[in-house]
Amino acid sequence: MTLLEIHEPGETPLPHAGEGSLAVGIDLGTTNSVVAIARDGKPAALHDETGKALVPSVVAYPGAGGVLVGEEARAVMAAEPRNVVASIKRLMGRGAGDLHTVAGVLPYEVEPGTGETDMVKLRIGGKARSPVEISAEILKALRARAEAALEKPVERAVITVPAYFDDAARTATRDAARVAGLEVLRLVNEPTAAALAYGLDKGSEGLYAVYDLGGGTFDFSLLRLEKGVFQVLATGGDTALGGDDFDRAIAERMLAERKRDGLPDEVDEAAVKAALALARHMKEQLSDRDQTSGRLEVAGVPSFHTLTIAEFDAMIDAFVDRTLAISRNVLADAGMAASDIEGVVLVGGSTRVPLVRTKVAGMIGKPPLTDIDPDEVVALGAALQAEALTGGGDTLLLDVTPLSLGLETMGGIVEKIVPRNTPIPSQLAQDFTTYQDGQSAMAIHVVQGEREMVADCRSLARFELLGIPPMTAGAARIRVTFAVDADGLLTVSAEERTTGVAQRVEVKPSYGLSHEDMADMLYDSMDNAEADMNLRLLTEARVEARRSLLALEAALAKDGGLLSGEERADIDAARTRLEAAMAGESRDEINAAAEALEALSKPFAERRMDRGIRQALSGMSMGELESRVGE
Amino acid sequence: MDHFARLGLPAALDLDAAALDRAYFALQRQWHPDRFVSRGPEERARASAEAASLNEAYRTLKDPLSRAFYMASRAGVEMPGDGKTIDDPELLMEAMEAREALHEAGTVEAVDALAAEARRGVQKALAGLASLFLANDRAAIRKALLRLRYLDKFAEEARARRMNIERSNA
Repeated sequence: MTLLEIHEPGETPLPHAGEGSLAVGIDLGTTNSVVAIARDGKPAALHDETGKALVPSVVAYPGAGGVLVGEEARAVMAAEPRNVVASIKRLMGRGAGDLHTVAGVLPYEVEPGTGETDMVKLRIGGKARSPVEISAEILKALRARAEAALEKPVERAVITVPAYFDDAARTATRDAARVAGLEVLRLVNEPTAAALAYGLDKGSEGLYAVYDLGGGTFDFSLLRLEKGVFQVLATGGDTALGGDDFDRAIAERMLAERKRDGLPDEVDEAAVKAALALARHMKEQLSDRDQTSGRLEVAGVPSFHTLTIAEFDAMIDAFVDRTLAISRNVLADAGMAASDIEGVVLVGGSTRVPLVRTKVAGMIGKPPLTDIDPDEVVALGAALQAEALTGGGDTLLLDVTPLSLGLETMGGIVEKIVPRNTPIPSQLAQDFTTYQDGQSAMAIHVVQGEREMVADCRSLARFELLGIPPMTAGAARIRVTFAVDADGLLTVSAEERTTGVAQRVEVKPSYGLSHEDMADMLYDSMDNAEADMNLRLLTEARVEARRSLLALEAALAKDGGLLSGEERADIDAARTRLEAAMAGESRDEINAAAEALEALSKPFAERRMDRGIRQALSGMSMGELESRVGE
Repeated sequence: MDHFARLGLPAALDLDAAALDRAYFALQRQWHPDRFVSRGPEERARASAEAASLNEAYRTLKDPLSRAFYMASRAGVEMPGDGKTIDDPELLMEAMEAREALHEAGTVEAVDALAAEARRGVQKALAGLASLFLANDRAAIRKALLRLRYLDKFAEEARARRMNIERSNA
């Protein structure tokens, strides 16, 4: 797998469209995933034999071997909890430095990578596996489901990601698709896909909001719709907030009740998973009734638990309020008021929770849009976009960067280059300079986040611009360019601009990259720079040799009579040798042959010069000659 | 290419917002990378570059303040770097008094009143700028822009102050 891509400017490899195969829309969710297809503008989720559209985003590596995904994986959870992974999306693109944000959330053995920007790995089924590998298993299962339902190969997909996903997480998602044999036509933000599914691109005008509370992530986005153009005005969210938090609150309460009643309460992985499964069931029950109850069995001892809607509301109130606070921040960012919103689309299974619906309606003063199944709505929108991209639809999605991108400057301060909510694709540059006389290298540290200090932001990549020619401090002009493509993926390049020879390194920030890897890649690029330089020198030698051959040819045609037959033969042989050398790849041979030819033709050149002078002088009066000399 | 020319619009401070949107959307329809999914790498790279330039032009011209600064740089007005001290004594006095007032404002209402005054100041300065650009009066443009930059910063400070008061009230 390519973790770092360095290419010549303008030669970024782009996936080319395959023909004949179908393109699907995939919602790769934290808790559940869905695959859908659109034909003639009508999207439909693809179901399994039992009629279910939702594939639990659960992967199992059973002790008996093989890989299971979805319901089958969930089924082995109780028996082999250590071989089952859920909510892997939360670790997409996460490095060891991010572990504090997910600490205590995942009951897995997590192996931090060896470097700061390494993606974490999980020890599952006795083997270290990366979130990319695990997510790829889910995508493979979705692809297989689509191929079975459509009876055609499926090789291309639009995959949705939370608007709040950072660059590393987007790159990881693309890599997972590649591992699963899917070409990603476009990564689309989940809220945008949801709005597409509601057909808001057709006929609706004005400001719309998408409130997306899934299992593991929350997003709030503001979209402006106008004449078939979807403009994301602002977006915000939290990658570690969702319905899983509700489940955990209920599960913790049940385990606390057992402890209170003196029942066995050792919290091993199996107990936690059993409690979470029951909690989820009880939460779902409370979507359309006021009270529910359940039976939990831990260490062979059962316990019975009841939960009222009022108790549940009190438990999750703080989580819901946090989503509203994020929503209000997004509104403030866009300079909008809640009353400006024409409608709000609800996405994610957690929006079935009555308290969520009530509070969202309260915030905007209107009932939210809920006609389409909130679990399927994102995949349906992705399918519509997949059809539009391959079949030429008219809807246009204009997206923005979710987080600011910047560079570390002196003193650990962040200099923002691409502010958040910048329309993409975008290319922004800023000039930096050296701070020491004769400084020959500059460390470039790319960070993502809204904070002023580097320590508070997320580190995306580090590289060094080497070979800056010696100059006084402040004289060098190093232009750092940030290019964000339509998928929200970032490429950073740095170039010293005062010298003629520009050195340019493009780094695609990525996870899973140790400093050693990074160094290797950079040395490669340095080697390439040298190869490029050699090629240029070779080309220059050829051009120079060609120029002197042409000049000699012209001279021979004119004054060939000045040479003896022997001299002429020697020169012709030297010309042939130079032509042979020019066809080769050695700059030294070309230069040597050119020098030999020049030495041989030197007497000829001198004779031509003498003759030229005699001709010029003949017939001139002394006076004319003097006036010439005086010139 | 000039941002106005790129969008096919007249280089005017009082740009019609609807016309700007129309021009931008029409050109994005033409150049957005999504329109080039099935094309070759070169065409796609070109589309991506065009779309990025369009986005930069749109972003620069959309906000009246950034539009004014862009027009000033086109007109060759030299602005002091951001963060440099204010070199206009009149503005300096005004800024000091306003900051003091903001510091003393203890209620959300008092802060809002100051912010509203700053916004009125922005509107007034922008309204006055159009004729300065027509007359190409660089010294006056520079003075007005420094004032705009200060008022914009002040509005931001007022927003931060407001959040602080709200937080301490909660």
